[in-house]
Amino acid sequence: MAGAALLGRLSWRVATVTAIVDETPRVRTLELEVQGWPGHVAGQHVDVRLTAEDGYRAERAYSLASAPGEPPVITVERLENGEVSPYLTQDVRPGDAFEVRGPIGGYFVWRPGDGGPLFLAAGGSGVAPMRAILRHRRNSRSEVRARLLYSSRTLKDVIYRAELDEDEVVHTLTRAQPPGWRGYARRVDADLLREVAWPIEDEPLAFVCGPTSFVESVAAGLVELGYAPGRIKTERFGATGGR
Amino acid sequence: MDALDGNAIGGMLFHVFGVEMTIAQAECGRCGARGPLAECEVYLGGPGVVVRCRVCNSIVMVFVEVREMMCVDRSGLSELELPASR
Repeated sequence: MAGAALLGRLSWRVATVTAIVDETPRVRTLELEVQGWPGHVAGQHVDVRLTAEDGYRAERAYSLASAPGEPPVITVERLENGEVSPYLTQDVRPGDAFEVRGPIGGYFVWRPGDGGPLFLAAGGSGVAPMRAILRHRRNSRSEVRARLLYSSRTLKDVIYRAELDEDEVVHTLTRAQPPGWRGYARRVDADLLREVAWPIEDEPLAFVCGPTSFVESVAAGLVELGYAPGRIKTERFGATGGR
Repeated sequence: MDALDGNAIGGMLFHVFGVEMTIAQAECGRCGARGPLAECEVYLGGPGVVVRCRVCNSIVMVFVEVREMMCVDRSGLSELELPASR
């Protein structure tokens, strides 16, 4: 192909686990050391590839949860019958290695120059790229306002609970709430978005990440509020990652 | 099976095209809808990867790997504008 020499390469690199944090009973954060890591932008992801002894390979995409300039970090939720997540959430130990390819993505990304105000909506482990964005905003001393609407099943399922700044996060717990809970207690709907999302006069920039059904309903709700479709970035994930 | 979106195949797209492709503008050959590949519907569960138009649901691209060779059918697109390589 003409110009092939100009094309980029995205090669598989060895990632070594340097630290593990148990976030919830089903979710773990892995800090990685990747030889020749070129650095990443907030919102990007990596593909993780595991190879079995018989040569069988499985790949999954995981959002980077660390800010640019920090070592690559992924947060993995264990899926029953998963091919990759059980290993990453149960078996892997510091010093173990697997292959990664990345960083990947130029759509679901945020740089301070992109402005805001930022309205971030996350369902479950969809909070991972939002952590990268919020950290990057803080590290770069950006004055862009940010608000995270974060939907979890129960309080125990809230990831990064200690790190999330209560002033910028609005929680909703969809399945069970602790006694005295003062946050929202239902799935995100149009009324909830109307109360939480920045008004359209502020020309907000929205990022929505979570399971497909969550993303569809939040994006539709934001469009209903008058958010410009071009200012709503979406990223869906699910258990159906077989490839 | 829930559809994912073009972000999920960003790595594969980069591997095939040699540039970041989730921001590539794709135009559906059936309904003419235009937007970044990241916003297309993506189905990973089958033997290949199927990309559908989010507006009219028609198949715009199919990727099948045969003996380590990636075969790409993009005949469902009337236009695919590759971003400049960086």
